[in-house]
Amino acid sequence: MNAQRATGLRTVGAIALTLLLAACSGKQAALDPAADQAATIGSLWTLMLYVCGFMYLLVLIFLGNSLWRARHVLSAEPVIHGSQSTAEKPLRMALGGWFGLILVGLLVLSLGSFLIDRSLANARVDDALKIKITAAQWWWKVEYDAETADKRVVTANELRLPVGRPALLELQADDVIHSFWIPNLGGKQDLIPGRINSLLLTPRREGDYRGQCAEFCGLQHAKMAIDASVMKQSDFDTWQQQLAPAAAPSTPEQVRGHEIFMSGPCIACHQIVGTPAAGQTGPDLTHLASRRTIAAGARPYSFEALRDWLRDPQTIKPGNHMPQVQLSDSDLNALTSYLDSLK
Amino acid sequence: MSAALPREPGSAEIAALDAQLQRTWGTGRGLWERLATVDHKIVGRRYVITGFAFFVLAGVLALLMRTQLMKADHELISPDRYNQIFSMHGTTMMFLFAVPIMEAMAVYLVPLMCGTRNISFPRLNAYSYWVYLAGGVMVWIAFLLNVGPETGWFSYVPLAGPEYSAGKRTDFWAQMITFTEVAALAVAVELVATIMKQRAPGMTLARMPLFLWAMLVTSLMVIIAMPAVMLASSFLISDRLIGTHFYNPVEGGDALLWQHLFWFFGHPEVYIIFLPALGMVSSIVITFSRRTIFAYTLMVLALLATGLLAFGLWVHHMFATGLPRLGSSFYTAASMMIAIPSGVQIFSWIATMWDGKPRFQSPLLFVIGFIVIFVLGGLTGVMLAAVPLDLQVHDTYFVVAHFHYVLIGGAVFPLFGAFYYWFPKFTGRMLSERLGRWNFWLFFIGFNVAFFPMHILGLAGMPRRVYTYPSGLGWESLNLLSSLGAFLIGVSVVLFIINVMRSLRVGEPAGDNPWDAPTLEWAMSSPPPPYNFMHVPVVTGREALWQPGPRQVLEGLSPSHREVLCTTALAAEPDIRQPSATPSLWPLWAALATTVWFIGSIFDARAVVWGAFPLAVCLIGWLWPTHPEPFRERSPA
Repeated sequence: MNAQRATGLRTVGAIALTLLLAACSGKQAALDPAADQAATIGSLWTLMLYVCGFMYLLVLIFLGNSLWRARHVLSAEPVIHGSQSTAEKPLRMALGGWFGLILVGLLVLSLGSFLIDRSLANARVDDALKIKITAAQWWWKVEYDAETADKRVVTANELRLPVGRPALLELQADDVIHSFWIPNLGGKQDLIPGRINSLLLTPRREGDYRGQCAEFCGLQHAKMAIDASVMKQSDFDTWQQQLAPAAAPSTPEQVRGHEIFMSGPCIACHQIVGTPAAGQTGPDLTHLASRRTIAAGARPYSFEALRDWLRDPQTIKPGNHMPQVQLSDSDLNALTSYLDSLK
Repeated sequence: MSAALPREPGSAEIAALDAQLQRTWGTGRGLWERLATVDHKIVGRRYVITGFAFFVLAGVLALLMRTQLMKADHELISPDRYNQIFSMHGTTMMFLFAVPIMEAMAVYLVPLMCGTRNISFPRLNAYSYWVYLAGGVMVWIAFLLNVGPETGWFSYVPLAGPEYSAGKRTDFWAQMITFTEVAALAVAVELVATIMKQRAPGMTLARMPLFLWAMLVTSLMVIIAMPAVMLASSFLISDRLIGTHFYNPVEGGDALLWQHLFWFFGHPEVYIIFLPALGMVSSIVITFSRRTIFAYTLMVLALLATGLLAFGLWVHHMFATGLPRLGSSFYTAASMMIAIPSGVQIFSWIATMWDGKPRFQSPLLFVIGFIVIFVLGGLTGVMLAAVPLDLQVHDTYFVVAHFHYVLIGGAVFPLFGAFYYWFPKFTGRMLSERLGRWNFWLFFIGFNVAFFPMHILGLAGMPRRVYTYPSGLGWESLNLLSSLGAFLIGVSVVLFIINVMRSLRVGEPAGDNPWDAPTLEWAMSSPPPPYNFMHVPVVTGREALWQPGPRQVLEGLSPSHREVLCTTALAAEPDIRQPSATPSLWPLWAALATTVWFIGSIFDARAVVWGAFPLAVCLIGWLWPTHPEPFRERSPA
């Protein structure tokens, strides 16, 4: 039994190691840092893993040793006065050593944790890019701060950051508690109704990342993702300049779609800058077609996915707050064409 | 029994005394007699079986969740149903299984281990069981009728508030809390009183078995922690039903108030589950190592330290809420300090085995499994105590892995060990050792296959409480592996049930003390007679039954009336003879009245007022003084 178990454990261990290595990298992985914060936390993880791993090993060795010893001992009269056992003295000394080791280990870990926490809390924020993020069931509203109101950029379910510049996120919630978390960039922070929280991220590596709501927020908590991109400052500036206002419809079909949008119920909730649509309860759609996903990460963006969504939002993400609007197939195509033109 | 007596009376004398005690303490076979019983062993047995039934039900829910998560974008269960399922899984495991079953084992074992004839406040004990049963059945019926809780086992507001959890679902959840906490508080009071006042003469505090110490600390923790959650859930109900604004920030309430109140209870709750398990582990380690525990005093201090520290670290559940960072560091330190008493205890158990003469039977196997699993869970707990690291892994599958390592490893493994250990005492028959080994190895392997990958999933970004996940994030194979492990655990639990069913009919007869264990619950026949001890045992050392020489007893308790001996709290010197309550149906009626009251208030706020009247009537009936016979001055011999 023991030999089988050892083989089994080795196999499981080997598989686990492979999977661990695979899981260490990715676009939503805490141990594949792309920002200062995630990297700092990653180093704390390494420290923890070594210290705790060492302690665990000691426990297993002691346990294994006691079981090994036990093979030679036959059942006999119980030892009533344990304190008179010859092993009592060495065991007491070992306990003393173990106690000291635990103290030292905890001291190292709590000190490490404290210093890292202080360094994260005291990071410089004066030249930071300020972004306000508001969470609602089940999407993210992202607003880039600017000196003048016309330069403010509003988007949804995507966060673009220039590499190397700290970004200070101001976090709020409209309805219930959510939690903002992009593992590659840093730790999570709750968004709580009635409170304003903040989170500082300093991205260092360009790339596409993914975050997800981390506090259970109701029916579609599982489908409340946010796409993050870290890009060169120049690319970021270009993106910001392109943003407002929306592209005008150019083909006849897009024009028809534009009319459907503006005359339908869509404008009650959605905003498209540069048009009469100014609804605020749903995501801003000004540059919908430039996003990587739709419906807060529920589907990768494509013409077809968008059309499916418009046909019946409740199949892709049941219970979300977008009502189904009955449209003929041609109207649906026209509307999709128009929205698909909002690059 | 004769071995327990200092003199050798004739068997006829023993038979006559036994018959008289049976008449005084026995429970008849009629339905009403069964319902009216206040025998702690019968109530305890019901409690254990009910708790285990809830464990199986919640386990089935876990398997449903693991089936759904077996592959990416799996659409087996709708999000609405899934959210109810995970809420019910956590709620059932925490409130209807873990805490009650630990208290249930104590209800059965503590009076036996103390050497007394019944638990203190026996009618309150019966009442507690009925209230617990009613609360559990209510929330499960609600769940089956699709009005089950949907906001997780800690029901954060505002999600659980009137605006975002419309309907009655969360009301049933909140009232279930009230039911189970009333039950738990009642048992805690009984246990404290029993342990402090009904220990056998000579069982000084320094000679108390560690299980009794663990239950004493646990019960005190229940008394301090549970009111916080009852307050929290009462605020929630009144926000939901009568429009108060305790948690509504717009009206000056605060959403975080819930989290503080809940975790001030919720974190100690974990230790309320875990400390009794430590007591079980100590019992098993001592018996199977055939050696007194190493560093007894430190073990007691460790239990006390854990109990105290448990109240100083609730904020580590709230690091991500934006509380002041510097203040959070205090809770980091407090949380990490828990590792000190835990580390000492782990050392002492291993040291006891190291220096002892271990017999590797099922109970000890489960204890070894406990050490291997629990220590890993404890170490990830140390990691979670660090604020920066917690901000990464909080609310992810890493945390799911962590608390299953500490709760299944730290409580369920010892509990299964305890089932194997005390089953012979409960039933008079042994469980099959062969099936026990299968049970253990499948559980141990299944557990690690199911939960170890979750650490990695959490670090790879998978949040908890998601009904589905997209492909392409590298989560599929680990989730599949985890689900396979979960099914292995399922098979293992089925084997355990088969083992119990089989042993009840054809198990090997156990005899009084099959393991040659040292504590008093092994001093009488298995299963114990209704009166537990023919004479009050006198304790002369920490391992009562291992002491050399003839066993001493104390005579003088009336065989024709229900009496228990009360001793002094510290030195356990005989103090007074205390009448013990007789069977009564009033606890059952009172529990029914409580049920009508609590459930009524879900549907009509006025029920809070009118529902109190039937309960008041029941309590009057319950406490109606009987005519005591004239007190006969008779000091215990």
